[in-house]
Formats: sequence, C-alpha cells, structure tokens
Amino acid sequence: MSTVRLPPVLREEAGGVREVEASGSTVRELLDNLTFELPGLGERIYDGEEIRPFVNVYVDGEDVRTLGGLDAPVREHATVVLLPAMAGGCDRAS
Amino acid sequence: MTAPASSLLDLIGNTPLVELQRLSPPGVRIFAKLESQNPTGSIKDRIALSMVDAAKLEPGQELIEPTSGNTGISLALVAKLRGLKLTCVMPENATPERRIVLGLYGATIVDSPAEGGSNGAVRLAQELAAADDRYVMLFQYANEANVRAHYEGTGAEIVRDLPRVDALVAGLGTGGTLMGTGTRVREANPDVVVAAAEPVPGELVMGLRSLEDGYVPPILDVSKLDRKLLVSNAESVAAVRALLDKEGIFAGVSSGAVAHVARRVADDLPEGSTVVCVLADGGWKYLSAPFWHETDVEQSMERTLWW
Repeated sequence: MSTVRLPPVLREEAGGVREVEASGSTVRELLDNLTFELPGLGERIYDGEEIRPFVNVYVDGEDVRTLGGLDAPVREHATVVLLPAMAGGCDRAS
Repeated sequence: MTAPASSLLDLIGNTPLVELQRLSPPGVRIFAKLESQNPTGSIKDRIALSMVDAAKLEPGQELIEPTSGNTGISLALVAKLRGLKLTCVMPENATPERRIVLGLYGATIVDSPAEGGSNGAVRLAQELAAADDRYVMLFQYANEANVRAHYEGTGAEIVRDLPRVDALVAGLGTGGTLMGTGTRVREANPDVVVAAAEPVPGELVMGLRSLEDGYVPPILDVSKLDRKLLVSNAESVAAVRALLDKEGIFAGVSSGAVAHVARRVADDLPEGSTVVCVLADGGWKYLSAPFWHETDVEQSMERTLWW
C-alpha cells in the first residue's frame, strides 16, 4: 500500500480527506486502482489515457513525467503526491 | 586586472562558480554558480536585459510586467538605464520591502487584489496592456529571450568554466534557467543530468478552486528535464541554513531547494562526478520571512502544513 496525498482542490472527490491509500507497482496501476474506488477523482486526474497537463504526480518526491510517466515504478509504501501544476515563484512574497 | 565597466548593465552575468567542499558527498564535487553577484543581486538581471533589448521598444512605449519579485527589480534597473518607463503589477499584499525597492528604482506600482494572488496580477497586467497601446508586456513565462539569456549566458559560462558537467540543478520557476542553461550544457556534455528543484507550492496555489487555474509556462518543456524533484519548505530552509553554516553562502529560499536537490542528485552519481547548481539570489530579501530560527521553522511549517 502507498499513501496518496491530495491537494485541497481534489479532496472533494475523496470525501474531503487529505490522504488515501492505494496499491500498485506502477503509477498507472496505482492510479487505476485509486480512481476505480473514486471515479470522480479519475475524471479530474485523467484526460483520456494521459495525466492532465495541469496535474503533477510525484512518487517519493519525483515528478513521474521524468520517470517514465504512467509506467514509472512505485515501491511498496511509497508516498505519492498529487498537485496542481503551477509556475514557480508565485506567492512567495506574500 | 579587469577594465572598468562603462555601464552597470555590462556587469550582468559572468557570475563566479565556487566549490561547495563541505556540502559535497565524498567523491563528488558540487559547484555553485552565485547569481547573487549580479548587479541587483539575482539571476533575473540576465533575463531582464535580454527581454528588454529583444523587445526593441518604440519611442512612447512603456514596459508593464506582473511581478513582485526579483524580475521586477531587475527590470527596474534595466528600464532606468535604457531610459524606459516600467509599471509593475503585484498583489496588494506583496511585502513592503518589494514595494520600497521598486519605487526607489523608479517603477510605478499597480496593485491587484490580494485574493487573486499572482494569477490575478497577471490578469490585471494583461488587461492594462490590452487597453493601452503604450504598454508592452514582456511576460517572462512565455518570452524566448528569457531562455536565450541562459543559453548564451549562464550555460555558456558553465561550459567555459568547467571541462565536464555530469549534473546541472536549477530552480523551476518560469523554466527559463533550466531550458536555456540545460540546452547549452547538454551540447557540451551529452550525458548530463538536468534536474529541476521544484518548491512545494504556496498557500494560494494550494487553495486553487479549479485545476484549470493551474499554469504551465509556455517556455517550459518538461521533456527536456531528466529529473524534477519536489522540495518541501522544511528541506529548502534546512539547506539554506546548511549553505550558510558550512559554506558561508547567504542564499535565498529557492537556492536552498536547489542545494537540497544538488545533494540528492550527487548521491546518485558515481565517484568523480561534477554537479553544478545555480543559486538564484541571496538571502537579504527574505529576512522578514519567519524561518531563520529553529523555532520559527517549526511554527511556520506548522502553518503551511498541508497534509
């Protein structure tokens, strides 16, 4: 089982919780298992077969887009983070 | 001996590299490129000069840019020395330090509503530019002259100064540093690992009501990155303190994130490797941030703990 952390904007689809558990040995397997349980979340994360451009998925702190995308491996007890894509440097001054 | 410069703008770039001997893991050498040595103290001087000169403003035209950060200060310097007017659009809750320094450089400041955050400032600047022909918005997130400044400057300097680079680490903001520097360094070192240090987004981003309000800068091509690592606030601050404690480098928060990733990347490289990390600015502009003391870190982290 891995822990999946959800940003506030996606929590509604998961009953308001910050974290959910999901299993899978690749990002695809894990997200498929997760979104089978939470179909609303699937619509927000996926655009067809691909992760939406404005969604970033990190496995143990690394963006899966540089790890082979949905085929990236996920170890047992990994921490997966979903975040809205956002240009950096924002709000740091406020 | 170095010849005296005829303008401060001639002193942009050619920043020094220094080895981080105490922060490097055994067998790997990490070098830091000190962008705080630019005239206004940040890497943004490079792109401000490049973007303003590429824009070739006509008489009567003025610059407008949504920024409350380093880019505004750099544009203010370049605008002043090129005889141009600059308006900066920023959220009304931007820190007083930013307003004061921009005002001193001669920029005009326009406030956007606090709740709109940086996206709101961008929208307002776009509206103002669309409504008035005088305004030219350079918009660093989509300006190829941003990338070019790093290809011709930052990247070329690293290639000139180091015979071999195995990894390049820089912060991910507009993507300009990573795209331009990465491309140039890769030309000379085809196997280089280009790694992005990405700060965990701030409160306003985490409070987005819709994913569609997110933003990917047009100049950023993630497929050109070999690694992209998320860095927590706590990790960034710990690395800022390590840079100061071990190397005497007083760096800004994004530099902490970069140093953190540089060490992580260095740990994955074989002995004898060379890592270059680009430290974008110094710590001076962040003195009022609540994380310079141990207890502050925990408290400020507590407040911004999202999970």
